[in-house]
Amino acid sequence: MKYRNSLSNRKLNIVFKWEWLLVILIIGISIVNGRLSPHFWSYTGIMDSLAVFLEKGFMVLSMTLVLIIGDIDISVASIVALSSVLMAMSYKLGLPMAVAILVALATGAGCGYLNGLLISLVPGLSAIIVTLAGSSIYRGIAYILLGDQAIGGFPSWYSYLAWGYVGKTNIPFVMVVFVGCAIIYGLLLHRTAWGRKVYAMGINPVAARFSGVPIAQMKQIIFTLNGLMAGIAAIFLTSKLGSSRPNIATGYELEVIAIAVLGGVSPSGGKGGIVGVCLALILMRLLRYGMGLVNVPGQVMMVIIGIVLVGVVMLPNIFSSRGGKRRTKEIQ
Amino acid sequence: MGFLEVDSVVDREDRYILELKGISKFFPGLKALDRVDFNLRAGEIHAIVGENGAGKSTLIKIITGVYQPDEGDIFYEGNTVIFHNPTVANRYQIAAVYQQPASFPHLTVTENIFLGHPIIHPTTKKLMWKEMKEEAKRLLRSLGSDINPSVTMSSLSVAQQQIVEIAKALSVNARILIMDEPTASLTRRETEDLYNIARKLRNDGVSIILISHLFEDVYEIADRVTVLRDGKSMGTWNVNEIDEKDLIKAMVGREISQLFPKNKVSFGKELLRVEGLSRLGYFSDISFSLRAGEIVGFSGLVGSGRTEVAQSIFGIAPVDAGKILVEGKEVSIKNPMEAISYGIGYLPEDRLEQGLFLLLSINDNITISIIDQLTNRGWLNPPREHEISNKMLELLQIKAPGIFHPVSSLSGGNQQKVVVAKLLAARPKILIMDEPTKGVDVGAKAAIHQIMSDLVAEGLGIIMISSEMPEILGMSDNIIVMHEGRITGVFSRSEATQEKLMEAAVKVDRLTQVVS
Repeated sequence: MKYRNSLSNRKLNIVFKWEWLLVILIIGISIVNGRLSPHFWSYTGIMDSLAVFLEKGFMVLSMTLVLIIGDIDISVASIVALSSVLMAMSYKLGLPMAVAILVALATGAGCGYLNGLLISLVPGLSAIIVTLAGSSIYRGIAYILLGDQAIGGFPSWYSYLAWGYVGKTNIPFVMVVFVGCAIIYGLLLHRTAWGRKVYAMGINPVAARFSGVPIAQMKQIIFTLNGLMAGIAAIFLTSKLGSSRPNIATGYELEVIAIAVLGGVSPSGGKGGIVGVCLALILMRLLRYGMGLVNVPGQVMMVIIGIVLVGVVMLPNIFSSRGGKRRTKEIQ
Repeated sequence: MGFLEVDSVVDREDRYILELKGISKFFPGLKALDRVDFNLRAGEIHAIVGENGAGKSTLIKIITGVYQPDEGDIFYEGNTVIFHNPTVANRYQIAAVYQQPASFPHLTVTENIFLGHPIIHPTTKKLMWKEMKEEAKRLLRSLGSDINPSVTMSSLSVAQQQIVEIAKALSVNARILIMDEPTASLTRRETEDLYNIARKLRNDGVSIILISHLFEDVYEIADRVTVLRDGKSMGTWNVNEIDEKDLIKAMVGREISQLFPKNKVSFGKELLRVEGLSRLGYFSDISFSLRAGEIVGFSGLVGSGRTEVAQSIFGIAPVDAGKILVEGKEVSIKNPMEAISYGIGYLPEDRLEQGLFLLLSINDNITISIIDQLTNRGWLNPPREHEISNKMLELLQIKAPGIFHPVSSLSGGNQQKVVVAKLLAARPKILIMDEPTKGVDVGAKAAIHQIMSDLVAEGLGIIMISSEMPEILGMSDNIIVMHEGRITGVFSRSEATQEKLMEAAVKVDRLTQVVS
């Protein structure tokens, strides 16, 4: 019984960390991609291909917190759509673009706050039900407001957000913002008391409550953050597309959750970290890039991504269930 | 020749439908049953009584095939049998009815009764619902009940659900019926009805094993009673040959074998006062006080409301009425965070469910409830955390290779010490410890008792909930006994005896209810 698991030793833990597996996969896919395309191994190629993917990255960061506390938020893609539509409409109504951007942030945070309020106040309502309802409500409102139209014609500086570079360098602006956000989330989760409580909540909510962790308040904050990040994603996505329409970001929630899980975040709570999900974000982008090189159609891409996700997540379970079977045999 | 005839008469009278001989069952670090003998005659009601943890449930699980005994033999009508699993036990027509009916709430009564053995048309293999419904109705009526077999289980009261469970047992022609605390959640009237059903079944030749905390059950309907204590059988009596006093003695009459390191401490000021605390459906009119240096023991049976009182003081479940005063000042505690801020610490009963974060390290577990105070403007301050954790490791003699190991790698006793460490790290003045030594080995037990003694010597006050008599008697300065949500006895250390506590804990107050 005593110290039965030598893997729990801290040093060994570092060696066998999930993140290393992701690094190996990233290297592997990069090599394959390099073979497929002579243009792959170029600074701008890698940077730009990552940059166009980053609006999902913003959402992954906060989704990581949601999953660590053992909840889920499937309304984020709809929040992106509503934030984008409201931003575009405010601009069309004559508000300055800067104010319209604030509208997007407020919309995102507001939707997230509403999710959190329902989840933390009504004990019987689970996150999956609330955000499933939210998912259709938020996008539904976007459709009611805009119908099948699209709104474009934003000021030229607005497209800089998604397409521009910082100063005279060739670092994409969105990359800088993302790295900043990732660092903030990393510090918040791994270097503050608040982050410690996030993990405690996910591992054992009852014990967390008994230990004085303010569960309802923390859920409220985390879901609001998740909405806010969807608002940020809406700003960059709309900038990238050049126009807003109610059907943007369709299906993003699945990919965002998939990236987080691929990054080592357990949907049952308590596990995972920001470094892992950032690596998974890169991995997912490289995978899509490679498939694009060999002309895999979009729908097939989704199938392959699904298979990769299930396969990678199954890996540790395969090992542990084998161990489990052996143990029950011994008992019999 | 005549001699032989007499012999055969005795043989017939003592023919056992079920006989257990020398049954032992071991769990890691625990001897749950120690060479227990038990027998059951055809058509009798045989009660099994004992304290919490005496081995009643384990014995039942062996009879129903959930557990296999490590030693001993089981005879069914004189033949050796092995109950590999519950299905085998079912084949021997053994059925059980539990306190909380293990039924399917969304299915109908008929479906519940015939689950697993439906009536099927011999040729078409169709389910014959009409016949099943008729049969269900007949069975229920034979039990004196007019429950509609078409309603769902969830629409019935607990008492009605139990009757359905009994009907289910009858539908498989059960010859041995186990009733586990059947009256625990019933009203007086329902209890009477259940007694009548039990008597009727006995007269029809069914053998009933009755597990109960309540002596009233035993004396009302049982023919014989077997007493279990610490996994051993203390004997079997005909109910009319043993009175309540002797029965209590048999249940608790052990010598206190462990030494409790309880030092005499002079009491200081009042730390906590509780006045008329009530929570509807759980407890009512609870008043007591706790002084510095004092250990107040809460005794009583599982389910008597002790844990609920503790959790209400700690802010987990709100009270409906009453006052809580901490150091003379009335406080309103709405959540554990506030309780901790008032210097109240709670050691929960179930360390795995309520106390530990198995995936987190020992350090993270110890510091979680004070993590805000340990930070440097919100940023984690590992050196300070580690200092406190290492100090706790040393203070509580937690056997671990270091504070970075996950608590899942520790033994039960050391895990419990980690939960205690988490509590003490918050520097509480008032400690509520719910079953502080449950499931830990003797060594860790003594160590935890020593820690408790040291803490009160430093001026803390401890409320200790325990179902273990020796622990209550050995550690408490004053003892409060609860029964069905009320305080039924208050004893000082010097006047308390096991018998007095047990008497207060099983207090029969149903007789007063029957009038109303």
